[in-house]
This record gives sequence, C-alpha cells and structure tokens, in this order.
Amino acid sequence: MTDLQQMWVFPFMVNAFRAGTIVAVVAAVVGWFMVLRRQSFAGHTLAVVGFPGAAGATLVGLSTTYGYFAFCVTAAVVLGLIPRVGPDADGLESALTGTIQAFLLACGFLFAALYKGLLGGVTALLFGSFLGITAMQVWVLLVVAIAVLVVLAAIGRPLLFASIDPDAAAGRGVPVRLLSMLFLVVLGAAVAGASQITGSLLVFALLVMPAATAQAITASPRLGLALSIAFAVVVTWVGLIAAYHSPYPIGFFVTTLAFAGYVLARLGRLPLRTVGAVA
Amino acid sequence: MTLTQPFFQHALLAGTAIAAAAGLIGYFLVLRAQVFTGDALSHVAFTGALAALAIGVDPRLGLFVATIGVALLLGVLGRRGRPDDVAIGNVFSWILGLGVFFLTVYTTSRSAVNGNAGVSVLFGSIFGLSTSQAVTAAVIAGLVCVAVVIVARPLLFASIDEAVAAARGVPVRLLGFAFLALVGACAAVATQAVGSLLILGLLAAPAGAAQRLTDRPYRALALSAGLAILEMWAGLALSSTVPKVPPSFGILAAATAVFATAVIVGPRRMPAGAAR
Repeated sequence: MTDLQQMWVFPFMVNAFRAGTIVAVVAAVVGWFMVLRRQSFAGHTLAVVGFPGAAGATLVGLSTTYGYFAFCVTAAVVLGLIPRVGPDADGLESALTGTIQAFLLACGFLFAALYKGLLGGVTALLFGSFLGITAMQVWVLLVVAIAVLVVLAAIGRPLLFASIDPDAAAGRGVPVRLLSMLFLVVLGAAVAGASQITGSLLVFALLVMPAATAQAITASPRLGLALSIAFAVVVTWVGLIAAYHSPYPIGFFVTTLAFAGYVLARLGRLPLRTVGAVA
Repeated sequence: MTLTQPFFQHALLAGTAIAAAAGLIGYFLVLRAQVFTGDALSHVAFTGALAALAIGVDPRLGLFVATIGVALLLGVLGRRGRPDDVAIGNVFSWILGLGVFFLTVYTTSRSAVNGNAGVSVLFGSIFGLSTSQAVTAAVIAGLVCVAVVIVARPLLFASIDEAVAAARGVPVRLLGFAFLALVGACAAVATQAVGSLLILGLLAAPAGAAQRLTDRPYRALALSAGLAILEMWAGLALSSTVPKVPPSFGILAAATAVFATAVIVGPRRMPAGAAR
C-alpha cells in the first residue's frame, strides 16, 4: 500500500494515470464501433499514420500534436473517399489502405532520417512513453476525448443501424456513406489524441482488444460499451502500475493483459456456441 | 560508381528476388482480401527478430519461426484457413507488445549492442547486407517464388470461387494454410530489405496496380512480380543517387507512385463479379 502511495508523489505518474484513463475510455468506445464495423485494418492504418505526422512536425519545427492530428484526420478522409463498389472491391480497398499505410510509414522514416536528432526518438514515437506527459497534454487529450464522445453520442444510433445492416439502413434513408466518413474522422481524431501517449503502434491494441473482448461476451450495445470501457481502464491502470515497478515498457503489460482477457472471453464463449445458445 | 560496389550488388541481388516473391504473394493477398494478414505478419516479424536478438541467436531464425508459426495460428483461428480480422488485430497487437518487451530486454541487458537495432528491424537495411546474407535472402525468396508458381493454379481457383473449388476436390483448407506459410516466409525474408513496417507496401502496391491494369489472373500475377522488381530497382537507384533518401523510402515511393498512376489512369474495370 505504501508502494502505491509513493507512486502518487510523482506528478508524472498522476498525469500518466489521468491521460491513460482518458485514452482508455475513448479507445474503448470508438474501438467498440470499429470492431462492430470490421474496420480493424482501417483503424490500424489511422493509428500508424500518426508516426509520420509526428516525425514530419518535428522536422519542420512544429509541435507533434499538430502532426498527429493533421495526418490522422487527413488519412481518415482519404480512406473514407475510397469507393466501395461491388462485392469484389474488397481487394482494391485493402490494397489501397495497405499502400497508404506503408507509404506514410516510409515517409515517417524519411523525416526521421532527415532530422538526425529524432532517430533515437523513433522508438518513443512508435511505442509511446508514459513518462513526461505534461499537464497541457492531458488537457488537449480531455478536450479531444469530449469532442469525440459527443459526436459519437450524436451519431450513435444511426451508426449502429448502418453498421449492423447497411443495406436496410440505406433503404430507410440513413446516410450510410456520410456516417462512414464521420466515423473514420472520429476514429482518426481519437487515435491522434491517444498516440501522443501510447505511441502509434500501441494505440491500436487499446482500440481492438477491450472491444473484441466485450463483443465476445455480449451482443448488447449498452452492456458491451460499458464492459469495453471497464476492461480498457483496468488494463491501463494495471499496466501503468506494473510498468512503474519494472524495467519493462507499459505496452508489453497492457497488450499482454488485454490479450489474456480476450482469450479467456473467447474460450468462455466456446461451450455456449456449441449448444447454440449464442447466435 | 555505385553499381560496382559490393553493398549495392548485394542489395540488387537480394532486393530483386525479394521483390519478385512479394509481388507474387501480394497478388494472392489482394485477390483473397487478406492484405491485413500480411500487415499482421509484418509486425510479427519485428517481434521474431528482436526475440532472437534478445536471446542471442541469428535474427533470421526468429523471423522465420515467428512469421510462419503465427501465420498458421491465424489460419487456425479463422474459418477454412482464412483469418478473421478481429482475431488478427488482437493477436498482432499482443505480439507487438511482446516485441517492445524484447526490444527492452535486448537494449538493456546486452552491453555494447547496436542501439538502433529496433529501428533497423522496423525499417530495413538493404544496403547493409553481407554477401552470405544477400545470397541466403535471394535463395529463400527464390524458393518462395517457385512454391507460389507450383500452387498458383489450384490457389487461384480456390481464391476466386472457394465453394466450387472445394466441390471439385481442391483441398481449399490445406491450400489456405500453405499460402499463409508462404506469406510468413515472404514477410520474414522481406524484413531485411524494407523492414517489418514497410513490407506491406511491397505486398499491396504492385499487386493492387496489377489487378487494376488487367483482368487476366496469370497476366496480373506476372505483372505484379514485374512491377515489384522494377519498383525495387527504381528505389535502389534513387537512394544511391540521393544518399539522404533511405532505400526503403525510395522503394515505397516508387511502388506508391505506380499504384496511384494505375488507379487514376488505369482502365475502368467492371467489378470482377459482374464481368463473369
């Protein structure tokens, strides 16, 4: 217990907990929709393009925050513009997504190579660091989180409908394409905010794992969202505490815990599925 | 003249074979809408290489064991040897977390190591290949190419119309697994050239361009490999003339430019389903 109290003496740990909690809540909610819509690949791509954004911003002497938002939101708009035509458009869509992702990462590498001083920081940009989060960053994160959650709350119902049955939703006059674009932009903004703390490669873990676990347990949106949030927050807190007490990075603890939860949820579902209790 | 320097010749030899393999494998990845699987395996390559470095064995061993092993695991998790995207996302996020763990172990426990090992695994170091590394990479990539050509016919059938192929006695599931193992091997060998984060571009861009330019499967397969090789050469040439540009960026820039051109000026194709 004294250990825990000692941890709170450090302002950087307090900021880390604040930022981590905000990131976890937003990632869990946005991720729940992402998993439902089977857009993990797009989500992953939006997550990694923050890296070239941050590296590019550093190169031209701007704050990385601008770089994260500029790249993540622009990439979201571009992905949203890719036409989905016919049943076989899947291949082209994923080829485009993959190319955009790899090219932007290569750009990030180029920026890092041009800006010599950044090279050691590449790992931090990619994998994040919970040390040295400033109070300013926490405020930016909070504002973004509230904006993202407000937009999601506003479009939640039609988005849910459009995600579960796009054809029926379109037939009823729901603007499916517009919703899809809006959702990608929200995803991009959420990821840009979170990447500053968790790094470009690990924000995706918080998006996909708690949400997938919640959806393996329940099909109910309300319960699912609540479970997803609870799970993400617990995993982040435990990860922060473990990382504080050990030489190993937070990303390892967060992903391992979250993955264990996912595996347990999937395993727990198996017997149910065999008797046909879960559709 | 850079052309005669050994590092450039090594890069050319390994790069050409790797590009050919990636072009062939990539065509099937795009056709089967499994690009995300290729992405996941490229992240697994990162962890495999760093795990091997952390325990002190040849990183290539880690690369192949990790990528092929996880490729097969992803197949088991999905249906009919086709991975499911949520399962992929979960598995590779965890493996990436494991990769950071090994990175920390490697950089903190071994003294006097290359502090940028993580960065070079992520982004490749094709100009740093030794003769034996280049030859090994070329041989393995060549074997992947041969294997793809051997399974091309049934795999094409199984990819385009799985149900009919299965009914005609094509071992669809087995082919799915064999293909995943080949994707794993390709990701492992390509890591040395363009790095684990950028393999995806070499897999997706030439194949996407080829599919955009022709409807015929074999022509597209050959075109995909051909484009990948040309893009590799263009990238290597670019970065040897402009030393500030890392070769991985040159290769990816060439691949992206070709794909973008194909999408914008290529023939407007009917969706394949409607054409048949």
